[in-house]
Amino acid sequence: METQAMTDVLTSLKERFPDAVEPSEYEGVVVAPARLLEVATFLRDELGYRYLSLVSGVDYPQPTTRFPARFEVVYHLFRESGGPLTLHVHADRDDPVVPSVVSVWPAANLHERETWDLMGIRFAGHPNLRRILLWEGFEGHPLRKDWHEVYYEADKKPFDSRYPNGRPVMAEARSPLGDNLRYPPGWSPQGWQSQAEEAVYAPLEAHLGGDGRRMPTDQVVVNLGPQHPSTHGVLRMIARLDGETIQQLEPVLGYLHRCHEKIGERNTWLANMPYTDRLDYVSSMSNNFGYAIAVEKLLGVEVPERAEYIRVIMAELTRIVRHLISIGSYTSDIGVYLTGMLYALEERELILDLFEMASGSRMMCNYFRFGGVARDLPDGWVALAKELVYERLPRRIDEMERFTFNEVFRARSVGVGVLPADKAIAYGCTGPLLRASGVPYDVRRAEPYSVYGELDWDVAVAYHGDIHDRFVVRFEEMRQSLRIIRQALERMPEGPVLSGKVQPALKVPAGEAYGRVEAPLGELGFYLVSDGSANPHRYRIRAPSFANLGVLGELCKGHLIADVVAILASIDITLGEVDR
Amino acid sequence: MYGLDILKTMGVTFGRFIMTFWDDLRWFGRRYTLQALPIRQSARGRGIFTVQYPREKLPLPENYRGFPFHVVDPDTGKSRCTACGICARVCPPQCIWIVRATDPQTGKALREPAEFTIDVSICMSCGLCAELCPFGAIKMDHDYSFVSYRRDSGEFLWNLERLSKPLAYHARIHPTAYLAEQAAMEKKAAKQ
Repeated sequence: METQAMTDVLTSLKERFPDAVEPSEYEGVVVAPARLLEVATFLRDELGYRYLSLVSGVDYPQPTTRFPARFEVVYHLFRESGGPLTLHVHADRDDPVVPSVVSVWPAANLHERETWDLMGIRFAGHPNLRRILLWEGFEGHPLRKDWHEVYYEADKKPFDSRYPNGRPVMAEARSPLGDNLRYPPGWSPQGWQSQAEEAVYAPLEAHLGGDGRRMPTDQVVVNLGPQHPSTHGVLRMIARLDGETIQQLEPVLGYLHRCHEKIGERNTWLANMPYTDRLDYVSSMSNNFGYAIAVEKLLGVEVPERAEYIRVIMAELTRIVRHLISIGSYTSDIGVYLTGMLYALEERELILDLFEMASGSRMMCNYFRFGGVARDLPDGWVALAKELVYERLPRRIDEMERFTFNEVFRARSVGVGVLPADKAIAYGCTGPLLRASGVPYDVRRAEPYSVYGELDWDVAVAYHGDIHDRFVVRFEEMRQSLRIIRQALERMPEGPVLSGKVQPALKVPAGEAYGRVEAPLGELGFYLVSDGSANPHRYRIRAPSFANLGVLGELCKGHLIADVVAILASIDITLGEVDR
Repeated sequence: MYGLDILKTMGVTFGRFIMTFWDDLRWFGRRYTLQALPIRQSARGRGIFTVQYPREKLPLPENYRGFPFHVVDPDTGKSRCTACGICARVCPPQCIWIVRATDPQTGKALREPAEFTIDVSICMSCGLCAELCPFGAIKMDHDYSFVSYRRDSGEFLWNLERLSKPLAYHARIHPTAYLAEQAAMEKKAAKQ
């Protein structure tokens, strides 16, 4: 059924654009750059691909027998139901330019900016193509294969210096502080002004009355962050205000950027698993899940049934943790201080105890392996989990709901930050943010992975699209998660938890795969390209909170500055994942 | 009625407040005893379940992953390590450094490390080294509190001596895993 629909799509594409579309080496189609916008519009309007999940750049620095050295831009598109369509666009390696698809899918905005920033592929026609995670004083585009960091040691791990003659050198010795910085040619930090700031300040100049002498009293620019209690991390928002009303708001990202993807491409396949914990550090089990699924697609390994159930239980417990934190931090943001947060943390503590028993760590679980999980559940785990999900959590979630939905909460949230359904889809929003706008889209239902297809549960959805409904959805999702966990605990069979053995130097067959899961914050995707070696050729992450942030400026426009805090908290971001 | 939900919210807080004192009275005088903690800290706990760290510490689960340590074989007095290098190769942040010992006369590589260093300031406690060690030489420790005033003083570069801990220690902190290992070894010995 699925493949039939896919074949139909490919046939109709081929019929409509016989000279611009050709089958790709791995998945999907290759589109001629000159016709990309036409193809994109056709796909969106006539075939229903309204949701752009991810734009990634891939670098092929070496010419092969089949193609010259080139860049590839890869688009992953989805319909409300039905599998992915992958578009590949090739670009010249010396001067890579690809038309921007922001006019077709506004969701491409942040992804294209990131691809420009990290890969150096220009998107012609992009309204705002400047660096997003790095600053303007950064030399080069780090994800290119020929770009090397200052403490560069080798292209791929494991490094030869560690064994058999490994005498320790500390990182500071290799790149002393002060010498580990390079600026682009002709660039100086003196007199530098951030482009992001200029973009927001520019409309102010209009109020200066030309000669710059009039006091700009009509509008002011205010910086929220990067150190601001409401951002739960280091996010900065530049807001242009008229009185207290937001005229324009620009999130500035990258304060927690560590080039996770470059690290991932240096790492071996298995060594990436603990790094994925550090993406959304509140829900590490879900991150493990997404990465494991993507690699298993490439490997083609089967996961034993017991392991599938364990995975689902862990992922759903993680969802409860994440939503509790989200609710707790929202209440603390709108002025309840820490009461709600501590109630949430108390329940989280009990779930983390379970994680710690099973995986050995409370937050950085590193529990999933390709083809299963690291180890079986210890004795007594199931009994403790049952006690928690049957006895305590249902009562505590009810209590939390009584605690949250009161008049003060409603005054701050009903009708604030309304996101209509069409806009939510166009901006590529996922997770509770999308489902609160009346779109019952959930990866667990749209493209069931693991054992979700066999379990009985509902997709939580609400229809007003405001902050209030986002929390209605979160409460409902926690209850559905409890339902899933109860069924999984009852049905979980005995048996092995890992197919085969964990291989330290695993080689993955050449190919590409896009694995995605419904993480608590939205669709978490891993786009992996393997060249058949022990390290990923490309390791790209679709971080849900990064994609959801694209709509923040739109949501805040016209609201009061106090509402920005509430809207941001209702989107629910984790900076570890936004900045990667 | 306007304000009713606020009363409900305050009811939740008030309920918690009462439960805290109820719990205190229930466990009066034995809050931190071994009978009280497993209940106070579990899903059945009703009051606050904080402990007075560092005076009171919670027991860690057996699987807890702190930093790696070497298991010293009581028969030989040396680490079980054979310097095969799997841990150094699999280590995600590449913080394990091994110098393989060589025979001073023949120059041939020996099955033991001459130097074994772990930079615990980089170690991310992922446990892959312990998981993949074929000889059961590396285990994850339960000791988690290390401090130093300086990162670059070398105090975080742990050598073999600093890493070595007796087998009895491993048996004490990982009782289940230890028994399973012993059973597997006996089975192997019986086969031979």
